[in-house]
Amino acid sequence: MNLSYLFDAAHWDPSATGSFPDLLLAHLGYVALALLIGTVIALPVGLYIGHTGRGSFIAINAGNAGRSLPTLGLLMLMVTLLGLGLLPVLIALTVLVIPPILTSAYAGMRTLDSQVVDAAKGMGMRPWQVLTRVELPMALPVLFSGFRSAALQVVATATVAAAVGLSGLGRLMIDGLAVNDYSRVLAGAIVVALLAVLLDLLLAQVQRWIVSPGVSKRF
Amino acid sequence: MITYLSNNGDTVLAALRQHIWLALVPVLLGFVIALPIGWLGVRFPWLYHPLVNVAGVLYSIPSLALFVFLPVLLGTKILSPLNIVVALTIYTVALLARTVADGLRAVDPLIVQAASAMGYRRFKRLTDVELPVALPVILAGLRSATVANISLVSVGALIGVGGLGQLFTRGFQLFYLEPIFVGIILSVLLAAAADGIIVLIQRALTPWTRA
Amino acid sequence: MSRIRLAATAAGLATALLLSACGSGDDPLASDDSGASSAPGTVTVGSANFAESELLAEIYSQALEAKGVTVKRQFNIGARELYLKALQDGSIDLLPEYNGALLSALQTGGAPEGVSKPEDVLAALKKVLPAGTEVLDQSAAEDKDTLTVSQETATKYSLKTIDDLKPVAGQLVIGAGPEWQERYQGLKGLEELYGVKFKEFKPLDAGGPLTVNALKKGDIQVGNIFSTDSSIKTNNFVVLDDPRNLYLAENILPLIRTSAKTDAVAGALNAVSAKLTTENLTTYLAQVQVDKKDTATVAKAFLSENGL
Repeated sequence: MNLSYLFDAAHWDPSATGSFPDLLLAHLGYVALALLIGTVIALPVGLYIGHTGRGSFIAINAGNAGRSLPTLGLLMLMVTLLGLGLLPVLIALTVLVIPPILTSAYAGMRTLDSQVVDAAKGMGMRPWQVLTRVELPMALPVLFSGFRSAALQVVATATVAAAVGLSGLGRLMIDGLAVNDYSRVLAGAIVVALLAVLLDLLLAQVQRWIVSPGVSKRF
Repeated sequence: MITYLSNNGDTVLAALRQHIWLALVPVLLGFVIALPIGWLGVRFPWLYHPLVNVAGVLYSIPSLALFVFLPVLLGTKILSPLNIVVALTIYTVALLARTVADGLRAVDPLIVQAASAMGYRRFKRLTDVELPVALPVILAGLRSATVANISLVSVGALIGVGGLGQLFTRGFQLFYLEPIFVGIILSVLLAAAADGIIVLIQRALTPWTRA
Repeated sequence: MSRIRLAATAAGLATALLLSACGSGDDPLASDDSGASSAPGTVTVGSANFAESELLAEIYSQALEAKGVTVKRQFNIGARELYLKALQDGSIDLLPEYNGALLSALQTGGAPEGVSKPEDVLAALKKVLPAGTEVLDQSAAEDKDTLTVSQETATKYSLKTIDDLKPVAGQLVIGAGPEWQERYQGLKGLEELYGVKFKEFKPLDAGGPLTVNALKKGDIQVGNIFSTDSSIKTNNFVVLDDPRNLYLAENILPLIRTSAKTDAVAGALNAVSAKLTTENLTTYLAQVQVDKKDTATVAKAFLSENGL
């Protein structure tokens, strides 16, 4: 077992197809798009359900139902239905991203101290102001932890894109497996795990910036 | 889909059986391993953060890579279901160790003090007071781990062992929707059933939460 | 503080991972040779990850079962590089193989020159089989790797043989299973034997739906498709001739672990090979690929119609 593949300079040439930078970029692209689309869909729904309390049943069960959908099956179903390309991969990954974001947006809103919300209303804030200036900032830590776990999950899972002929770091695993080159599979696993750790560190830093010190209790 | 099922009943059932086995054995193993590890993270608070972080890194190793690598580390045969079982056990421990620690940490210190005052020794207090009180949190973690495992098993189909995942690869190779649909539906139903069973267990074990 | 810890933990974990990985030393897949996994008397039949291999494996399985042999099915394993290891470590006992492709895979530097006729290929193959394995009688049925293009591409560049690709390959994308990057019968052989170097290689699947659909949609211009594949006819694809015999004779034959080879097993499999032809294989394979019939049903029909 060796790291020769990982440390071979030829595999780090950004202009070469299949090099680490090339695969990393494609991988990050899938991850970012899935997170973006997932957030755009799940965040408003989760906030709305948490804010109004209507449809809590959906929020709780959507989380579990979404998690139980096997990503590989969904991906193969989408490719069979829609043909090759980015779209089937994005759909499968977005379905993966939605549950944690939806559930955490809902949970973040539900765990708010109702007195704080009452106080905001008492100060004469309009519903929109209550949402954007009080509820959202206070729900942010919980919401963000959901986003972080979604991000970690999608970084690891985006590797399945390679199983249906797309790019991304999964190529190292699928190709390494096909040609019996374990050094390549190992390189893929290490790069994905490192990417997950770095992304989590980055998101933790972002969380520090955007969560109000009053909420995080770091005065 | 009905014709598919009637023609391939045996294949589907065999895949389902393998799927159940591959998903649930790791849940049980992982649960048993995660309990002491989570407890250590509470007993020795300096262990908590490393624990959480190691768990996070382990969980971010792609399953396919782990499935492929375990034969290297364990000396198992490459098509051995054991590789899948061990890989999923690792994920289960990674998820549950943190949940166990969080559940135990969240136990109201007053309850712990009351138990100590009543003469409970550390181990007995843990098993009779702290664990039962933390059980709803721990079982919530167990539910997500179970559901995640059931969905992850299918990735094993990429290396020839994957329960219902084999229906995915088969349908995919023939560009044939039925097996993929059947696989997804059974996988989701299986997850729902396993989830329901844990909820029932939770109700039976923690009658006070319904009061 | 906890950030530093996280980083430290991650580094520690990475080190542990590396140490344990290095510790195990040798080649992972050469793990244990401690005999077959299956119970005595049981034959574990494997297959590669494409429809024809699975159909053949199912035909073998049912033929064995008809002779009272207990069969365990372990289909859809992966590419040759992977399933050969599974055969060697005893995870499987038997699988359908293609004599030329197997020879090229086992012989370092590819198949020897001048060997292309079925008998020569078989003779050469028998010399390089891994210890503990052997092949049984080969069938008349052939299924070759091909380089296949769409009708439009063939007309546009007036392509008839692989030689014709040489001047235009620089503008074309080729798609095949990921294993083609390393195989002599993949990109290497094309470059060495034909001097053909493509603009890009897209790793797809072994003559499966990804390759066929990519070729149809024009994502790739050249695809590796098996000669028995019904999609060639349905899509009017053009199979390029192989005048330099890069793709050798590809007769189908059973590759088996010696420990699993009993007279009953060999007899049943040789009887199958005696009946298998390119024509009937193509017909039955189309029932799986086009009519979406169940592999087991098609295998059963093959055996009963051939009196097996």
